[in-house]
Amino acid sequence: MSTVNLEYKVAKEDFSKAGEASSAIKKTLKKLGVNSKIIRRVAIVTYEAEMNIVIHSFGGKIYVEIDTEKIKIIARDTGPGIPDTEKALEVGYSTATHQVRELGFGAGMGLPNIQRCSDEFSIESIVEDYTQVESTIYIQ
Amino acid sequence: MNLLTVKDLLNAEVLCGEENLKKEISSAFACDLMSDVLAYVEDNTLLLTGLINPQTIRTAEMMDINAIVFVRGKLPNQAIIDLAKENDIVIMTTKHILYESCGILFNKGLKGASIMHK
Ligand SMILES: Nc1ncnc2c1ncn2[C@@H]1O[C@H](COP(=O)(O)OP(=O)(O)O)[C@@H](O)[C@H]1O
Ligand SMILES: [Mg+2]
Repeated sequence: MSTVNLEYKVAKEDFSKAGEASSAIKKTLKKLGVNSKIIRRVAIVTYEAEMNIVIHSFGGKIYVEIDTEKIKIIARDTGPGIPDTEKALEVGYSTATHQVRELGFGAGMGLPNIQRCSDEFSIESIVEDYTQVESTIYIQ
Repeated sequence: MNLLTVKDLLNAEVLCGEENLKKEISSAFACDLMSDVLAYVEDNTLLLTGLINPQTIRTAEMMDINAIVFVRGKLPNQAIIDLAKENDIVIMTTKHILYESCGILFNKGLKGASIMHK
């Protein structure tokens, strides 16, 4: 298998479409024959990252790079950014609104869920500019 | 336990996936928080929830959950049912509250999903 690159646009506040990128990524990985446990971890990472873009940003993109050794996911958006990324990684820390909580998100578990499923993880953000989350998951 | 048994025990109405009721489930998970669902690990898990929106179906899709029970008589709209169909997810609705639904299934031997702690 040579390298496969995927790219999806994610719109802000479009809750009816939220999850479409993650769904497409999951279907592609299945077609490529990636192990189902690995696919599940990628799905958790992409879905939580996608929901964060929908909920917290002005819109962004999810990039996925697949090769024989690893799957790398980059979620990048423009938006308010995160003033204290350390704090944002704590379980329970959330600035989500009541409306978001009614969707079953906004419990401050998204970034911790992403981190837990990643073999390599990093987050980078500049206030009033962008947020970029990178996650790498090793295959096998 | 298969889904037909779940349907009978909960007196549930099947909204889609009638043809898949002989599928077996090995455990169940109940909550209204999708990030909690995304934190568990087992296959063939039944999801019981009072949360009715497309995110519930998406979350199930991400986690390979192939059956959802909506509690307290909640009815999802057609778009949600279509999304479930598209992803081969059985959905049913029961008039029981979440607590009762879980109690009934637990009493009949359906265990809780094991959570990955880290
Ligand atoms: N893409 C993003 N842009 C701006 N802020 C973000 C972004 N992702 C996360 N955050 C901030 O980090 C907090 C924690 O994120 P997360 O762990 O996913 O929890 P939740 O989304 O449930 O609030 C959010 O409440 C928000 O304040
Ligand atoms: Mg989140």
